[in-house]
Amino acid sequence: MQTTEKRQLKVLAAKARLGAIIGTFNAKSGHPGGSLSAADIMTYLYFKEMNVDPSDPKKADRDRFVLSKGHCCPSLYAILALKGFFEWEELTKLRHVGAMLQGHPDMKGTPGIDMSTGSLGQGVSAACGMALAGKFDNKDYRVYTVLGDGECEEGQVWEAAMFAAHNKLDNLVVIVDQNGLQIDGPVCEVCGIEPLDKKFESFGFNVIKINGHCFDEIEAALENAKTVKGKPTAILAKTVKGKGVSFMEDQVDWHGKGPNKEEYEKATQELEAQIAELEGEC
Amino acid sequence: MANTVTKATRESFGEALCELAKENDKIVVLDADLAGATKTSIFKKAFPERFFDCGIAEGNMMSISAGLASCGKIPVAASFAMFATGRAYEQIRNSVGYPHLNVKIAGSHAGISTGEDGATHQCLEDVALMRTIPGMTVLCPADHYEMMAATKAAIELEGPVYIRLGRLAIDSFNDPDTYKFELGKGITLHEGNDITVIATGLVVNEAKKAVEELEKEGHSVRLINIHTIKPIDRDIIIKAAKETGRLITIEEHNVIGGLGDAVCDVVTSECPVPVRKVGVYDRYGYSGPAWELLEAFGLTATGIAKVIREEIAKK
Repeated sequence: MQTTEKRQLKVLAAKARLGAIIGTFNAKSGHPGGSLSAADIMTYLYFKEMNVDPSDPKKADRDRFVLSKGHCCPSLYAILALKGFFEWEELTKLRHVGAMLQGHPDMKGTPGIDMSTGSLGQGVSAACGMALAGKFDNKDYRVYTVLGDGECEEGQVWEAAMFAAHNKLDNLVVIVDQNGLQIDGPVCEVCGIEPLDKKFESFGFNVIKINGHCFDEIEAALENAKTVKGKPTAILAKTVKGKGVSFMEDQVDWHGKGPNKEEYEKATQELEAQIAELEGEC
Repeated sequence: MANTVTKATRESFGEALCELAKENDKIVVLDADLAGATKTSIFKKAFPERFFDCGIAEGNMMSISAGLASCGKIPVAASFAMFATGRAYEQIRNSVGYPHLNVKIAGSHAGISTGEDGATHQCLEDVALMRTIPGMTVLCPADHYEMMAATKAAIELEGPVYIRLGRLAIDSFNDPDTYKFELGKGITLHEGNDITVIATGLVVNEAKKAVEELEKEGHSVRLINIHTIKPIDRDIIIKAAKETGRLITIEEHNVIGGLGDAVCDVVTSECPVPVRKVGVYDRYGYSGPAWELLEAFGLTATGIAKVIREEIAKK
């Protein structure tokens, strides 16, 4: 990937993080930690990979995205706003009464959201349904879904994995945002899921392990997925929860709370400085 | 009646799906390893490429159906009522109901007439569970002809539908030449002014026999068949409450949350009259031949007639 393009993606990802902070600050709640860890993956998908059209959000042949870890929608909302699906100002009303942006994604009310999610484990199954429909109709769209690593404790994830492999859904890419933390603590202490790569492999997946903050690795993995026929791909993306905001990084406490005024100001200063620095380089 | 057929509503449902699929290529069917029992096997045989077995994973099946529906398909997801609505309740609520997706959920082996399999498989809560989901249409057809028409209506309706199927072969009582299914509209099967019996599903025919017996005894009993439990026909219930002053509801379901409660919801707000709820009284079923169980739970013509006599005596 060209350096300039990579910098542009980094700027967008930093803006997505800023949007997630603005959203969760104004909501006085929400999930900044996982929103920040998944921001680079979702930025790449929306700005480099997926065929989507903000002026026609329901376009039949579009690629689909399902945020199976629905609670991490603040950064997805920011990305959709940056992409032009709705106004950036909507982020300031996140989780407010009457707002378009709900606490978890609502496909009925928010342009660009392909599936309502929030109850863990269900989004990956819905993504299987979309991929199956694509195969059935001989469409060449692809379906991407992002799961949490804690989410992999849900049995339904593995029901979906069996179904995806059995039906040879090679148009499906499951990306696990492996930030290693869940509400009650480190995933390995709550109810360990490792070896996740061997699990997905044994379920019939093409498995790729990457650094989920490296655009080159994200790109290479998604390109690899396109070349693999007859089986779905699982990308296990190692990430840092709270990535991009120094005091949130790798802190389990930042799973599900909004920043206070002081924390908000510190976080936005950090992110704005990152954006300014990157834009200076562009 | 010349056209009486004896058939389980699950079988009628399977046949109806096949008929409808010939005209509508959006219909796809999913099952969770029970196609032979839910009778989606009939569809599978006719349209193998449009049938997807999800294996024994009902929750997954519901969310997959949601994904299919989001891409314009009309998925019909079938399993036993217990597992479709019980195990997968939350998937139906959040993946199907909340986004109001066009998924049709079929729950077979509903009620104690499931018989020998016993309590774990005799679903007595499906109607209650599905009624709680905003925007969910809940259908409980009473015979072959009604099931054929109800399945067509379910497919034609844009939005989530739950349809209750029975395992037990039962006699039809509707006349195919004159029968008309209208979603959300009850059907008066027998006019009467002393009391009204409101029934749903396979017990409707039993209630019909009971009402006819009571007529011979000189009583005027109204009988209403409610095939659409949600949205329920408020008008026909209020009219019956006003004109007959006393209601009896009959269902092969827990008396908590089913037809009886749906009827009570209507009359308590509009025209309070005594309502006797006949069904399964907050307990589990047990193994046994279907008709013996129905008899034991007071859901055959004999048991229903006894209740009607008791309620008329209270007037």
